[in-house]
Amino acid sequence: MIISLLVVVLALLQPAIEITDVQDRPNDAGDGLHIYLAMPESTDDLFSLLIYRKEVSQPDSCWKPVLIELIPDIGEFIVDGYDPDYIIEPEVEYMFMPATVTASGDTLMGEVFVSPVVSRGEYFNTSEISVFVAGMLFILLIFYYFGKAQRGQQMYLRPIAGIEAIDEAIGRATEMGKSILYVPGLGTIADVATIASLTILGRVARKIAEYQTSLIVPNCDPIVYTVVTETVKQGYLEAGRPDAYDPDSVFFLTTSQFAFVAGVNGIMMREKPATNFYLGMFWAESLLLAETGSLSGAIQIAGTDAVTQLPFFITTCDYTLIGEELYAASAYLGREPKQIGALKGQDACKAIVMVLLTLWVILSVVSTITGNDSILFLREILLSGGAG
Amino acid sequence: MYDIIGIWVGAFFTLAIYSFLYKENPIYRLAEHLVVGISAGYGMAITYQITVKPRLIDPLLSGDHWILLIPGILGLLYITRFIPRISWLSRYPIGFYMGTAMGVGFPLTMKANVLRQLEGAMVPLYQSGMAWYEVTGNIVMILGTLAALIYFFFSKPHKGLFFGTGSKIGIWVIMVGFGATFGFTVMGRISLLIGRIQYLLGDWLHLIE
Repeated sequence: MIISLLVVVLALLQPAIEITDVQDRPNDAGDGLHIYLAMPESTDDLFSLLIYRKEVSQPDSCWKPVLIELIPDIGEFIVDGYDPDYIIEPEVEYMFMPATVTASGDTLMGEVFVSPVVSRGEYFNTSEISVFVAGMLFILLIFYYFGKAQRGQQMYLRPIAGIEAIDEAIGRATEMGKSILYVPGLGTIADVATIASLTILGRVARKIAEYQTSLIVPNCDPIVYTVVTETVKQGYLEAGRPDAYDPDSVFFLTTSQFAFVAGVNGIMMREKPATNFYLGMFWAESLLLAETGSLSGAIQIAGTDAVTQLPFFITTCDYTLIGEELYAASAYLGREPKQIGALKGQDACKAIVMVLLTLWVILSVVSTITGNDSILFLREILLSGGAG
Repeated sequence: MYDIIGIWVGAFFTLAIYSFLYKENPIYRLAEHLVVGISAGYGMAITYQITVKPRLIDPLLSGDHWILLIPGILGLLYITRFIPRISWLSRYPIGFYMGTAMGVGFPLTMKANVLRQLEGAMVPLYQSGMAWYEVTGNIVMILGTLAALIYFFFSKPHKGLFFGTGSKIGIWVIMVGFGATFGFTVMGRISLLIGRIQYLLGDWLHLIE
């Protein structure tokens, strides 16, 4: 009895975490606040911190726990507003109440703190200047090369084996009288790899329509499925054979990753397509798909920017488009000024990155020789510009 | 009782899927069609419960957030695909979604895939107190990054000392990286297989603890 009483008294004597200040989070849309804390000298017996929040005008029954942080993870301040279930509204006055949870499970309530500021949005995020500058430079370069390509200037593009094999693979399927399987990945339409894949699919569909070969396109994402349908239809239209388009050739399977794999694997073993394309965003299913395709005896061309999946495609497919090569493929296949311009613009950006890295090596060597670290300003520019 | 049925069903479908290793067969086909069908239906129910109801229907029914009518109507336009006469309307939500995704994605990609990577590659080659292996690691990383970039440069043929040798080193660097990733991922896959074997031998057959 005495011991439990002592434990309760000790818990009550333990200093709780208090809020010392609340400040508006800079460079946001007015949806975040920084909560500054006063931590007790020893936090060994403390487990976590709960922050309750309510609007100043609301009654006491409206206190809501909006944040929970483990004690070791707490820095100088904590950010309120990142949880979509407990958003911070701009220009609204809030008050906060901290609750410290001890290792023994007791909760020590801190004092209520009324925020001296309200959250306000900014039109320009100054911490992202380097991103803005780099983005503008990239866009300008693309337009510059696009203009050059449109004026008819011939621009060299080195050959890529995987891209050259696409026509060959379609021809093989036509000769064998078998179908072509095209998997546009499991990504959403927001993935760059999916967009690149759809551009290639347009070209592939046109070629397939010309050769009168059958096409199978299973889909995992409902929105990608609708875009794929339009892309394939357009491909057949461009080839002058809209009548040859089979609406059943493009279909939705399921959004579940491994159920999709089971479905596609079954199609591969039953239909035995002569050519399999895996172009787009892939995750753990890549090896399962490509290995089954390899067993079915199909020629396989894969391409993705998912670094962790590329090794599996490289080991099981005949040709693999590695990362950037997938983005380049549409320009190679189409040879349209817009796409060549974009590809050349990307190359120019890579050249700038290479120059910056070379400059960094030189500066680093000079810094080592002279012992003067101040000349390593290049990295600081990137850091201060928001890249860090 | 339900637990036991669940374990037997799980074991049956595990073996049914593994039977594909022998060849494509009716048992695998049964499992395949069931998993595809159930997952599609389940996915739809989950989407309704997690997204449509709490994020659209409930706020609208509560009388607030009338702004949600805009995404709601845009979402409904997808259904016009089933009515050929007005199916063109379904292109609006697709266009809106693609445009938004590209607009939001561009600065994020520029930051994460270009600037952050560049920043990460800019490490001092040598600083006082650095061990020799750290210096070697830094040199390999910077030169490896440069070589890999040369490999992905499409405007010049891979010939000559700079582009020829550079791209050759680049593809070696990339392949070494892929080899490490391959080994790491295969380890993860083996642990998944072990998990399934433990399920069959433990939960189902009780041969192991």
